[in-house]
Amino acid sequence: MMHKPVNVTQPRAPASLRLSHWLWLLVPIAVLAMAIVWLFQANPLQSFNNGAPPVENLTIERTILDHNGLQLLVRAGGSDPMMIAQVQVDDAYWEFQQNPQGRIARGETAWISLPFPWVLGETHKVNFVTNTGATFEHEIAVAVPTPVATSSSLWSQAVLGAFVGILPVAIGLMCYPALRGAGPGTMTFLLAMTVGLLAFLLIDTLVEALEFAAKSAAIFQGSAMVVLVTMASFLVLMGIGRRHGTPTGLALATYIALGIGLHNFGEGLAIGAAFTAGAAGLGTFLVLGFTLHNITEGIGIAAPILRKTPTLAAFAGLTLLAGGPAVIGIWLGSLAYAPQWTAIALAIGAGAIAQVIIEVSALIVRSRSAGISALLAPSTFGGLAAGASFMYITAMLVKI
Amino acid sequence: MLKWAQTNLSRRRLLGGSIATIGASAICSSTGSAQEAHGNHGGPAPNADAAASAHRSAHGAMMTVGTVDSARNGFDPTAMLTDWYTGVVSELPDGRKQRSFEITVEEKEIEIAPGVMFPAWTYNGRVPGPALRATEGDRLKITLKNNGSHPHSLHFHGIHSARMDGVPGAGVIDPGEEFVYEFDAKPFGCHLYHCHALPLTRHLHKGMYGLFVIDPDPARHPEHADVAQSRLLGSPENANWQELAMVMNAFDTNFDGENEFYACNTIAHCYAKEPIRIARERPVRIYLVNITEFDPINSFHLHANFFDYYDQGTTLTPTLKTVDLIMQCQAQRGILEFTFKEHEPGLYMFHAHQSEFTELGWMGMFDVRETVS
Repeated sequence: MMHKPVNVTQPRAPASLRLSHWLWLLVPIAVLAMAIVWLFQANPLQSFNNGAPPVENLTIERTILDHNGLQLLVRAGGSDPMMIAQVQVDDAYWEFQQNPQGRIARGETAWISLPFPWVLGETHKVNFVTNTGATFEHEIAVAVPTPVATSSSLWSQAVLGAFVGILPVAIGLMCYPALRGAGPGTMTFLLAMTVGLLAFLLIDTLVEALEFAAKSAAIFQGSAMVVLVTMASFLVLMGIGRRHGTPTGLALATYIALGIGLHNFGEGLAIGAAFTAGAAGLGTFLVLGFTLHNITEGIGIAAPILRKTPTLAAFAGLTLLAGGPAVIGIWLGSLAYAPQWTAIALAIGAGAIAQVIIEVSALIVRSRSAGISALLAPSTFGGLAAGASFMYITAMLVKI
Repeated sequence: MLKWAQTNLSRRRLLGGSIATIGASAICSSTGSAQEAHGNHGGPAPNADAAASAHRSAHGAMMTVGTVDSARNGFDPTAMLTDWYTGVVSELPDGRKQRSFEITVEEKEIEIAPGVMFPAWTYNGRVPGPALRATEGDRLKITLKNNGSHPHSLHFHGIHSARMDGVPGAGVIDPGEEFVYEFDAKPFGCHLYHCHALPLTRHLHKGMYGLFVIDPDPARHPEHADVAQSRLLGSPENANWQELAMVMNAFDTNFDGENEFYACNTIAHCYAKEPIRIARERPVRIYLVNITEFDPINSFHLHANFFDYYDQGTTLTPTLKTVDLIMQCQAQRGILEFTFKEHEPGLYMFHAHQSEFTELGWMGMFDVRETVS
């Protein structure tokens, strides 16, 4: 009904007229249906059939190692349904079971399990051979048993999540009383610092999201998916945030906490996935690096509420909102992991961070009542640089 | 910020590097539970309770899954062991025997391992091609018909004129053409033939090769007449032997210059799943050729027994006595002779003693029995 400009003041069209509009819609549908029928019946594309084998693609989304051997979740992405004929581990054929059996349709997944006696801490290579003889290799870089959800493992993962997510935010928020007396210059500096650290997080999150997207099956169109999800998340959060005007004070702090929380969720997923993939050698130094790196996040959350008097419960809520998702992320990441989910989570986080960057910047512009030039004032510029460089330098502690 | 996590996916450094820290055990108990779980797992094959068929008892779960449809392939690896192509025999005016063979090149999808199809180039629809067998001194007349889409030839390892060599310019024929190779069967031995059209690697690895055995004429070797007699197909002495034609080959199914499947007579693990029946009392003779592409050598190792070896089969006394392993470079071949007479019945393994080849399909079993029906 797009061809007719909609005018709300006009009386509604009679029922018969509306029906005829719907009938008109049948024409394009009928043409499409006829084209499909013709394509299948007459097979006019036969001349393109040059005898080449079908294009095949296989993405390995999850790997589980336990006392039964190996289990791998594979997703087919070929032009035709794919058949896994044989499976090698370390250049030897092993009996395997596939569930569900038979050909794997495009975009579908199947579990492949092998009774392979893997060796702790060593590398294994799994190679899938399809019926056309094509091979798809998957490396298990470090073979360690896949974590299972026992109360003790969930608890220790929660402790880790608290160290890298909740604790630093709490420490940052504890600066609140000390910062309360800040003058307008310091205030601007702190807000700008928040923008700086968020900018670092935005870039970092997007890059990570794209890297995970690249590892996911082609059918998900990783890069496009990340960009679209980021924009959607940004627009939705902007829309929600500005329902009652530009967010300030506690509302803005909540949005910052949400953005950081979503970022930490994605990060938690990746940490959990790293455990699953065998990167269990997480050192104390590394964890401390994470904690230090994330302290600024707390200060950033505190900045918009320095002039307000939030309750203690609000502080607790903000801490949990920003840091808690790290725990949930680690849980989910270690139990159910596929790269596209991590990419989506990170992309949502990126959109959320972009939203708070806009809102905090708007706050700086408003508070200085100097228009857009407020962003170029020395205190603003200093804050931006301080935030971004602090994040960059502390990130060096955790880069391997 | 997640870099450390991702880097670990491809590197093992952290695992070692973080030993100095309290590391995993302090922060995350999953490593602790890891070792526990692993402890349970170090023992024998995890599915030891699975039904133990003949091959599984020897190789556990390390095996290709399923069976190959020999009917669709048009050849059966077990039947191929004893399927000699002796040609059509006629008498020449000078009293000599002439053997005429007909070989047709055919492009064909074959199943080289359960469920894995390979676009092969075949002689007479099989890989390896027919095992030709003649007697020393016979006049050979081999007609090659090329029904393929590329030029092909037959290049015999034997003694013949340049015109009959099957190389470009002398017997390589275009699609649709026909060529007759004519020469005398000499020297006696265990030889092979293969396509010599270019590029050689592709034509060989697509399946264009076969055994070419020339039996010694006992009349010409009075000093070892009995040995020659036992090698002469059709003689009563020969009938006592259990002769097997074996071609060690391999397939690069993804065309990356490395083989995905190794086998003896094309089908990975075929004689592991269907052991070769051997009567305990009768001696065994294997005509073995290595035509594996991409790997410089292949080998044959016999379990629980030793054999005599005749390199290239051109002698009537062994070139190696009492060995259980021989090595063959590409196109090298020879005759193995051994017996299980002193052994108890059972399954005796044989395989390449390059573990990689073995585990990628080149292993089998002799099922030694009191009598074979």
